[in-house]
Amino acid sequence: MTSVRTLMTGGKGFSFVPRRRARLRLGRAFLIASSIVAAAVAAIPLAYLVVRVVGSDPNLVTAALLRGRMVELAVNTVGLVIAVSITALVVGVAIAWLLTRTDLAGRKVWLVITALPLAVPSYVAAFGWIAVTPLRGFWGAFVVLTLCNVPFVTLPTIAALRLSNHANEDVARTLGRSRLRAFLEATWPQIRPAALAGVLLVALYVLAEFGTVALMRYQAFTWAIHTAYGSQFNPTLAAVMATVLAAMGIALVVAERRMRGAQARLGTTVVARAPVTPVPLGRHAWWVHGALGLLAMLGLAVPVGALARYIGSTTAASTSVRPGALVTDMISTVSIAGAGALFALALALPIGLVAARIRNRLSGVTESASYLGLALPGIVVGLSLVFFSLKVVPALYQSIWMLAFAYGVLFLPKAVGAVRASIEQVEPGLEDVARTLGSSPQRVWSRVTARIAWPGIGAGVLLVALTAMKELPATLLLRPTGTDTLATSLWRYTESSAYAAAAPYALMLIAVAIVPALLLTREVVAGKRSPEEAL
Amino acid sequence: MSELQVRKVVAGYDGAPVLRGVSFTVPHGQLAAVLGPSGSGKSTLLRVIAGLNTPIEGAVVIDGRVLAGPRVNVPPERRRIGLVPQDAALFPHLDVLGNVGFGLPRSQRRGDKPRDLLEMVGMADFALRMPGELSGGQRHRVALARALATDPDLVLLDEPFSALDAALRADVRAQVRQVLRRAETTAVLVTHDQDEALSMADVVAVLDDGRLIQVGTPAEIYAKPASRWLAQFVGGALVMPGTWAEGAAAGAAGSVTCPLGAIPARLADGEIAREGEAVDLVLRPEQLAVDDLNSPPPGSVIAMVRNVAYFGHDAVVTLDLPGCEQPVEARVLGDHVWQLDSEVAVAVRSAGLAFARQPANV
Repeated sequence: MTSVRTLMTGGKGFSFVPRRRARLRLGRAFLIASSIVAAAVAAIPLAYLVVRVVGSDPNLVTAALLRGRMVELAVNTVGLVIAVSITALVVGVAIAWLLTRTDLAGRKVWLVITALPLAVPSYVAAFGWIAVTPLRGFWGAFVVLTLCNVPFVTLPTIAALRLSNHANEDVARTLGRSRLRAFLEATWPQIRPAALAGVLLVALYVLAEFGTVALMRYQAFTWAIHTAYGSQFNPTLAAVMATVLAAMGIALVVAERRMRGAQARLGTTVVARAPVTPVPLGRHAWWVHGALGLLAMLGLAVPVGALARYIGSTTAASTSVRPGALVTDMISTVSIAGAGALFALALALPIGLVAARIRNRLSGVTESASYLGLALPGIVVGLSLVFFSLKVVPALYQSIWMLAFAYGVLFLPKAVGAVRASIEQVEPGLEDVARTLGSSPQRVWSRVTARIAWPGIGAGVLLVALTAMKELPATLLLRPTGTDTLATSLWRYTESSAYAAAAPYALMLIAVAIVPALLLTREVVAGKRSPEEAL
Repeated sequence: MSELQVRKVVAGYDGAPVLRGVSFTVPHGQLAAVLGPSGSGKSTLLRVIAGLNTPIEGAVVIDGRVLAGPRVNVPPERRRIGLVPQDAALFPHLDVLGNVGFGLPRSQRRGDKPRDLLEMVGMADFALRMPGELSGGQRHRVALARALATDPDLVLLDEPFSALDAALRADVRAQVRQVLRRAETTAVLVTHDQDEALSMADVVAVLDDGRLIQVGTPAEIYAKPASRWLAQFVGGALVMPGTWAEGAAAGAAGSVTCPLGAIPARLADGEIAREGEAVDLVLRPEQLAVDDLNSPPPGSVIAMVRNVAYFGHDAVVTLDLPGCEQPVEARVLGDHVWQLDSEVAVAVRSAGLAFARQPANV
């Protein structure tokens, strides 16, 4: 082999071959090292939160943990999470079944309509409900969060139903099962991991939700943390509560990862061949249309209707917004979110590359570190970074850099997903061919891999930016004094019941959210992406 | 005893009938093959029998028990009909034993019965495997055991072997046939593969465009096809224009004058032709004898070899005949080497089948 290469390279092979190997190893080592650094940076918020709690006066920590209020908050939070999750599971699976297995007219249109609530950030929906209905407290939070979160179950379940083998259900019928039993025994096991992973994601989002519970005045952890830090000036209590919340989030993410793995294993064993024979709904069709219509009304018409009402009203002119402020807020929102997206990309590139190309135990660890962004609620990351910047880098306290860093950590899973998927889409065979055609590994990377992967990565970064523009709780804690984003302005106006002033912000936020929501609905339904990567 | 009767079934989706009046009977313990090209309605027929589709008209009866008919529609779970779908459709979340026991009462699901069935299909050693760990043929055997576990009156097989590769298919077919025979179960097999239908079935029903073209034993279907289309669909046939001589009624013996000479032939069932009228002569590829020019069979004509497809045991020789626009195919034993573009002598071994020319074709 060496002698052949010597001949081909005109005698320079002796020094050439070893040097290239050394360089390759060096590149690999550098890549792995940077992925470890990126994972460590992503772990800063969690690590510093733990440091802060451990470093506090133990008596204060014990006192905080043992307060009766802690139990009340835990019960409230868990109760809301469970209520929303179960409702979303039942409604989501039912809608998914109706849209894939029946002859319901206009299924494609209904699919878009049922996914549209994703385009309304939940605190914007909460604004709508508060502005036009007297609903508050548990039921307020429950209704708004359920309506906003059902698509997280519906969409992956549709993808799993399309993959599942419907002939199983026919066989189960011939073996003595009624239609419902056949679904539960033959089809449900095939879609269960996808549906439950969706439900766990819903649970995670409800656990982390700040805007809705705060606007609805529902005593959950996120709102309590905000008040404990903001108005009660009790940072230790806030830190203890944030740690409890973080632990719950991590547990949910671990469970969600397990479910996705189970779905991936199931998905490889069966391929559905024959086309589905749709179940005729017959005379039930009209009330199914009615029920879907009612859900769409509640999820879309209420918030959008509230918007229309306040934007159209001129009587509230005294509190209405000044266009100048709206533009200023828009500029700061876009620039901070853009910086955050670039931050996320910087952390995601080494982690995603290692995950896509070097599969070993280490890559598993660095990739799971990126999922901290999914597990940690925005309020937790915000709080931890406030402590971190005050203590470690006071120069950055309340600078947009700290805020961009928070966005980078929070949206890292999406960025890693985009990088990983884009790189994996480049077949290794292509790289091998390029090598045999005389390109060095670096040239292969720039001429082939990066060239094919960059549009996907770029789209991923844009999506991260669009998602970051809606972020509320971390922004409230970390934004520089006097700077507002669309989300914080909406929050301020809604809190002081200045609905007419809040309406244009709500409209802008829906405009920001609608594009990724519609684009990614398609990809989730096609099974190309998991919902937490998408939305 | 369980005899299946399908009576004048009309069925389809959204009012567009896919089946337009299909009737046939399968006697107890026999295997019927429903043979038809894709889109002929054979899968719909299967779903109607299983109760997964409701027929618009007609009835499905097993041993006098009406399963589907006017104001009757027994749901599939109470029909006692087993189903082996195209891709086996094993439950991916259950192991092999769990799949076979699925239709049994809870207490028997992992008991002797499913184990005996696995023994019968030769899968006893795989009881605890998951479906993803089985090969295609193994999955089908498990699917068959699962369908037989509830002692059904009837087993339906929906193109069960189409996903298998050719080498495996013949084996699995033979095994399935043997298991069904041993279980003495009446079965309906749906297929578009004529080899499968002819080699496995006791009765073959040919379906085209939602209508039954012919029902009969494999030998009847092959020897006396009811139409030119059927002759070509089952077994392949060459159709040659000619003129009829002698006897005028169906079944009458006579001869056809065509580019191959005056060939003895018989009028197909239901066909009428008078002397001197145009007919189509249908011959099977194996009815042609091909030989060297130096030992020509009696009554032979000279043809040119255009192509040879060699299969080992036999070969198909494509020939150009003088006075014949289309090349014709002859199936011959594989013990002779044929040179391309050489001249050979061609004769007809046995009587052909004649169909009167439809006026549209004249």
